[in-house]
Amino acid sequence: MNVTINTDELFPDLHPALAPQAAVVEASRCLFCYDAPCTQACPTHIDVPKFIKKIASGNLRGSANTILDANILGLSCSRVCPVDVLCEGSCVMHRYNKQPIEIGLLQRHAMDWFYSHEPAIATAPDNGKHVACIGGGPASLACAAELRRHGFAVTVFDRNPLAGGLNTYGIAQYKLRPPDSLKEVELLRNMGVEFRFGVEVTDQTEGEFDAFFLGVGLGPMHRLNVPGDDLPGVVDALTFIADYKTGTPKVGRRVVVIGAGNTAIDSAIAARKLGAEQVHIVYRRGESDMSAFASEYEHAKLEGVEFHWQTSVTRITPDAVICGTFKIPCDMVVPAIGQSPLTKLLAVCGEVNRETGQTKHPKYFAGGDFLNGGREVVDAVADGKRAALGIKKWLTTQS
Amino acid sequence: MADLTTLFANKIRCPNPFWLASGPPANCADQVIRAFDAGWGGAVWKTLGVPITNVSSRYSSVDLNGQRMMGLNNIELITDRTLEVNLREIEEVKKRYPDNAVIASLMVDSTREAWHEIVERSEGAGADGLELNFGCPHGMSERGMGSAVGQVPQYCSMITEWVKEVAKTPVLVKLTPNITDIRPVAHAAKQGGADGLSAINTINSITGIDLDTFVPRPNVDGKSAHGGYCGPAVKPIALHMIQQIAEVGLPVSGIGGVSNWRDAAEFILLGCQSIQLCTAPMHWGFRIVEDMIDGLKNWMDEKGFRTIDDFRGLSLPNVKEWKNLNLNYKIIAKIHPEKCIGCDLCYIACEDGAHQCIHVDPLPPRLTVTPIPKLDGPIPATPIKIPRVDEEECVGCNLCALVCPVENCITMERVDHGIPSESWEQRSA
Ligand SMILES: Cc1cc2nc3c(=O)[nH]c(=O)nc-3n(C[C@H](O)[C@H](O)[C@H](O)COP(=O)(O)OP(=O)(O)OC[C@H]3O[C@@H](n4cnc5c(N)ncnc54)[C@H](O)[C@@H]3O)c2cc1C
Ligand SMILES: Cc1cc2nc3c(=O)[nH]c(=O)nc-3n(C[C@H](O)[C@H](O)[C@H](O)COP(=O)(O)O)c2cc1C
Repeated sequence: MNVTINTDELFPDLHPALAPQAAVVEASRCLFCYDAPCTQACPTHIDVPKFIKKIASGNLRGSANTILDANILGLSCSRVCPVDVLCEGSCVMHRYNKQPIEIGLLQRHAMDWFYSHEPAIATAPDNGKHVACIGGGPASLACAAELRRHGFAVTVFDRNPLAGGLNTYGIAQYKLRPPDSLKEVELLRNMGVEFRFGVEVTDQTEGEFDAFFLGVGLGPMHRLNVPGDDLPGVVDALTFIADYKTGTPKVGRRVVVIGAGNTAIDSAIAARKLGAEQVHIVYRRGESDMSAFASEYEHAKLEGVEFHWQTSVTRITPDAVICGTFKIPCDMVVPAIGQSPLTKLLAVCGEVNRETGQTKHPKYFAGGDFLNGGREVVDAVADGKRAALGIKKWLTTQS
Repeated sequence: MADLTTLFANKIRCPNPFWLASGPPANCADQVIRAFDAGWGGAVWKTLGVPITNVSSRYSSVDLNGQRMMGLNNIELITDRTLEVNLREIEEVKKRYPDNAVIASLMVDSTREAWHEIVERSEGAGADGLELNFGCPHGMSERGMGSAVGQVPQYCSMITEWVKEVAKTPVLVKLTPNITDIRPVAHAAKQGGADGLSAINTINSITGIDLDTFVPRPNVDGKSAHGGYCGPAVKPIALHMIQQIAEVGLPVSGIGGVSNWRDAAEFILLGCQSIQLCTAPMHWGFRIVEDMIDGLKNWMDEKGFRTIDDFRGLSLPNVKEWKNLNLNYKIIAKIHPEKCIGCDLCYIACEDGAHQCIHVDPLPPRLTVTPIPKLDGPIPATPIKIPRVDEEECVGCNLCALVCPVENCITMERVDHGIPSESWEQRSA
């Protein structure tokens, strides 16, 4: 089934923005903890009480700068972070039998203000060094921005026509839309980052750089490796998501998603929102083994996704998924059983210093999903920023 | 069952001690009638006098952490309606509500004739008492009325005397807080023959300035004027002044920042016979009186007080001069770890704002990542840093307990070191 859709209508914000006064009230509820656990819990260590109190005082530019100093992708993180296992999960309010502070929504409030008031970030004068960031996802973007702040020239290469990596092509639409992801890319461009798109970087690619950052993400999605996994109705989760996010959605009437991670959940919810009448999630292990966050699981149930535990797919036919003796009629199958790590490249990198991102080849640094095995946007940002500081330190000692 | 019936200055009877203060809520009969229907015991009518012209806008407020109107400021003057209309409405209200108190608030030029006339006409309309507005701190004071009278003891006693020459009902003098020491004027009112005191009127204020236009609020065509401040923010100032004028020995109608029955109970504990409210009914409407009555009664039942007189003034003996306090009384802070939520506000308050006697160990720095159960196993609990008190160094100032957001998490515990009580007065004798 091919449909023309208005994705903005089909995918309203999962968490609507706070009105200005509501933001002040919520910000005022924050206790302003000293050495706060929310800041500790954030992989980029955003000074959460500091940016929240600036919202309360009406200093929105200061609030935004506080966020962006720690995390250049403050906008996307405010929308995509699994806050209940990060900042909000560690909010002291939990111990007080109260709702945690809505840190994600407050961050979004500051970011929305920033991006609607001539967004700009100061950079240092050029220091004559040039770094290449391979991959245009969150890790590289964070690395590039931090390097620009210190005066490095940076070129970002991506094989896709748009930057942002999974922020642009992969994150569920009701969390983050491509135009918002691209605002962050635009901010970087204004900071002087050069972007080269449609470039598949290989070890043959030419260019003279003082250092390289590898933010190439994970590899292609795992194949199911069952008979029928190459039928036309089988579309891997990342392709399915990227298609609908870039305006060419294809969805079946009855969809079977295979796997129970966050990507599987995102695919299942998207299929429902795109109009699938039935969406099944088939998982070979049990409910307690699923790797999706609890909040994502709840969301999928609310959307009417049906779960089948302890169910292994043995075969796919043009009109059904066969799981041993059990058969689910369907016209679309979305395998979402994870992305493969880029094992070969990882092996080349050898042991990587997690504090600096430096690989065993000193000129090469790495971070993000590629290195950490696939975590979250905020982890990629933290890696990218650490690597930028690592690059700076290393290049300083070189000269 | 507690009985809130009130007899002010032995003359003004009403079903409870809650009166609308002179101001917008007591502007006209329609409002006062609805207030009485809602349960208010009395009303002090919006100050009568020669009708004035008001400006627009008139109010501005101070919000606290998103809560609206912690303090309210106004630059409005006395009634803008004619004396005839006001008096006719007072008469009508009194006829329909003989059991509720209606007090006429008055302000006229400082001549004996003007005061005699308005007193006689107000009483003729059936007012149960008179309140002389010597407190309005803006506009009227520029014309020699309001606080211009209330700030000078001689004027205050002179006009009170004029009023008493003709008044048959109790005369309350409403005091201004805009004065270094409120006591001389209170004594002057008594000298002039006042039957009671009302305190406080509003406090001179500029509530804030618009950071775009540089014009203070409220903005009247690009300019502003200082106004009178009231509402919850002024309660502590009002309570202090009420305590100070207790020495005069006149019945007191307490005003200033009362929002609920707890505030009212505090005013009564400092000796007030009735309580007036303006900002609270302006903010929430007349309906708030229901809980004031209900809450005060429930509290009185719990404490075993049958009437308001049973607890009126009970706190007065507990307010002393500093020199009489026991220097040897010692308390120290105790943090109850099972209640602590780890905000460490007590630590930073003590460290930067007090006596550096609370300590906390920072968590070791670590590389933080999003916990992914598949990669990391179950999500660990957030570590908590519970501060500890250096009991030797603690001076018992209360600051940590004041900033702690958790009830009873920090308690101040008495240390009995067996040293007998000694005040500064005794020590320096
Ligand atoms: C479906 C899905 C949903 C997700 N939802 C969330 C969420 O809600 N919240 C959250 O925090 N995280 C989420 N994540 C995880 C998050 O998207 C990633 O952790 C994050 O994007 C990693 O950033 P990265 O820069 O390391 O890699 P990527 O975002 O994958 O970016 C890598 C980039 O490198 C480019 N590239 C790779 N190889 C080359 C090459 N040889 N030459 C040129 N370019 C190359 C790719 O085109 C890509 O643009 C989700 C992931 C998926 C798959
Ligand atoms: C808008 C406004 C108008 C007021 N007008 C008068 C007045 O005409 N006469 C008077 O005696 N007091 C007037 N007051 C003062 C109140 O009667 C009262 O003393 C003061 O507001 C403190 O009480 P509160 O904190 O409950 O508001 C006015 C107060 C406000 C807010």
